[in-house]
Amino acid sequence: MDWRGWAEIVFTIGLTLALSWPLGAYLKRVWTGEAQWLAPVERAAYAAFGVNRDKGQNWLGYAAAVLAFSAAGFTILYAMLRLQGLLPLNPQGFPGLTSDLAFNTAVSFVTNTNWQSYAGETTLSTLSQMAGLTVQNFVSAAAGLSVAAALARAFAADKAEGLGNFWVDLTRIVLYVLLPVSVVFALVLVALGVPQSLSAGTPVTTLEGAQQTLALFPVASQEIIKQFGTNGGGIFNANSAHPFENPNIWTNLIQMVAMNVLSLAAVFAFGRMVLARKEARALAAVMVILVGAAAGGIYAAETLTPQPAMAAAGVDATANMEGKEVRFGPATTSTFAAFTTGASDGAVNGMHGSFMPLGGGIAMFMIQLGEILPGGVGSGLYGMLVMALLAVFVAGLMVGRTPEYLGKKVEAREIKLAMLAVLILPLAILGFSAVAAVLPSALKGLLNTGPHGLSEILYAYSSAAGNNGSAFAGLTANSPWWNTTLGIAMLLGRFAYIVPVLAIAGALAAKPKLAPTTGTLPTDGPLFVGLLIGIILILGGLQFFPALALGPIVEHFQVLAVR
Amino acid sequence: MLSLIRPALVSMAFFILLTGLAYPLAVTGIAQAALPAQANGSLVMGKAGKPLGSALIGQAFTAPGYLHGRPSAAGAGYDASASSGSNYGPLNEDYAARVKESADALKAESAAAIPVDAVTASGSGLDPHISPAYAERQVARIAVARGLAPAKVRAMIADATQGPTLGFLGQPTVNVLAVNMALDAASGTAQLPAR
Repeated sequence: MDWRGWAEIVFTIGLTLALSWPLGAYLKRVWTGEAQWLAPVERAAYAAFGVNRDKGQNWLGYAAAVLAFSAAGFTILYAMLRLQGLLPLNPQGFPGLTSDLAFNTAVSFVTNTNWQSYAGETTLSTLSQMAGLTVQNFVSAAAGLSVAAALARAFAADKAEGLGNFWVDLTRIVLYVLLPVSVVFALVLVALGVPQSLSAGTPVTTLEGAQQTLALFPVASQEIIKQFGTNGGGIFNANSAHPFENPNIWTNLIQMVAMNVLSLAAVFAFGRMVLARKEARALAAVMVILVGAAAGGIYAAETLTPQPAMAAAGVDATANMEGKEVRFGPATTSTFAAFTTGASDGAVNGMHGSFMPLGGGIAMFMIQLGEILPGGVGSGLYGMLVMALLAVFVAGLMVGRTPEYLGKKVEAREIKLAMLAVLILPLAILGFSAVAAVLPSALKGLLNTGPHGLSEILYAYSSAAGNNGSAFAGLTANSPWWNTTLGIAMLLGRFAYIVPVLAIAGALAAKPKLAPTTGTLPTDGPLFVGLLIGIILILGGLQFFPALALGPIVEHFQVLAVR
Repeated sequence: MLSLIRPALVSMAFFILLTGLAYPLAVTGIAQAALPAQANGSLVMGKAGKPLGSALIGQAFTAPGYLHGRPSAAGAGYDASASSGSNYGPLNEDYAARVKESADALKAESAAAIPVDAVTASGSGLDPHISPAYAERQVARIAVARGLAPAKVRAMIADATQGPTLGFLGQPTVNVLAVNMALDAASGTAQLPAR
């Protein structure tokens, strides 16, 4: 641990925050329809879809459109993966996927999770990577940002019903935000060394005369949207630890900024749209404070925890380097881990399962806090707004007033729906983990035993239900039990959250917009930031501390006990 | 319900054409035309113009005259079509045994302190780099095996050392393949693997 590591953490967060501000201003113009430079393409698209862009949808209509679009995306991707062996652009000659793996993978990419039960370079063809997964990297991110836009309109509305039009939001976000940024930065990544090739790979004879096959793909074009859309699914098994995905510290910096910048920009866009810029800044402050604390915590765990394996072998280790790349080292890898778990991204540039117990435990806890720090693109914003509703509700209980947030009265219906959404996560994580922990066919997939084995299970379901996608990868998840249950957890975490959120949006939109009075709890200052942080940590802690105590926490004390 | 089917299917077709085919193919076209070296994996060419590997991907080295990389969990070791970390938890017994084996082999070679990257497997299994400390620990062995002056070996290592970027981003790195190609060029011969 040294000053360079801390400087890197502060620098990365500061750079992300600085860039998210102008991006947020632009995103607001995309949400409202002000940005118009691609109007002809848009018009042609809506004509083909058979959509009237001026026709708004109520919350049910919006939710039905999200579900229909996701169902169509799932069906097409599932078919593409099953039939991979018969389809073109398959220079590696890979066969189709089994039904459970295709189900898991299609759900995973449609829900913006990008959990991968397979190793990319030995399973998926160039066509599947490009026309299957890359497409969902764009549209699942755009769907999340669309739902966030609908919720923003609800807060801005005064006794209205319409939340906007999902097809318009989806199309505009892809055309105006995701695609232009991806084209530019994909080429920047290539210039920095990330391959972009349609060939099956290059066989080489190494200096010592061994044969090595360098697996190649169109990596750069998927790499940038993988991060910018908080997807996280790598072309290669080792994800962003692989030198072809992430060859140096510059590509790494681009990836770290990309995976948080749009989620934070959504918060600032929300502030502009609802005319509540100070309140949005408070939400962003909560996100940044907690992600910074997590990065520091993981860095401390990776550099200060004694390592029994090293002590036994007579190595004087200053940091845990198992599963880490030399070019990144402990500080860079810890920052990346906090960013990727806070953002529901799920890319990794070091193996979380080989972190010291508290380092991996903090990464897992970040996911369990609900993927709102700053969360997935769009989903982080609407998740944080659900927490904000709960925070003003708790504050209202304490002072005995009907709570308000951003000029909207928060009443029983909204709180019930918010609880419904929030409870999905513990249900899916703890419910499935409890079964898996006693099921022999599930336990066969574990590499490590004892508390670390439980952590592998807990992390897997947290990652799936939180739509994160990273793993304690000792778990071999490509079996019917894991593929199926993780797939169900991903579906619950995504859609059983989105539907209540849209219902909240419908209820809020219909309410009158109130002017604040002297009795209104201020939601733009340090008091509210503190309250919201407290609610997030207490809620997450109450739900998951008992399980974490049997996993990473007890393992930490086991490590300390070895002397 | 029926009114949702057309936009759902047509929009998916639109996005597949736009983001799944046009976008990656356009980026591939531009990259292959403007940046062919990087786009094809930063290949390093040998004397006969045949690729020896990638500047970005580590290779297995066992001969005493070569700089050695880190332990690798990719396939049988440095398998560039099967990237992987070990995924061992910190208390895993197999992990402790593997670390001990690596450390014992290194102790037999020299009494100097063992840097942590020398006994740990990277996340990808393809790490092309080692720390300057691990490179320095190997100077004497390489110098003897090659019949080169230690200072000359050190100079080659220094040439392949980079970072930390801007003084604080990442860590200092030594590119193992670059050093070994310089060693072969200096002594005019390739080395055979130890086993």
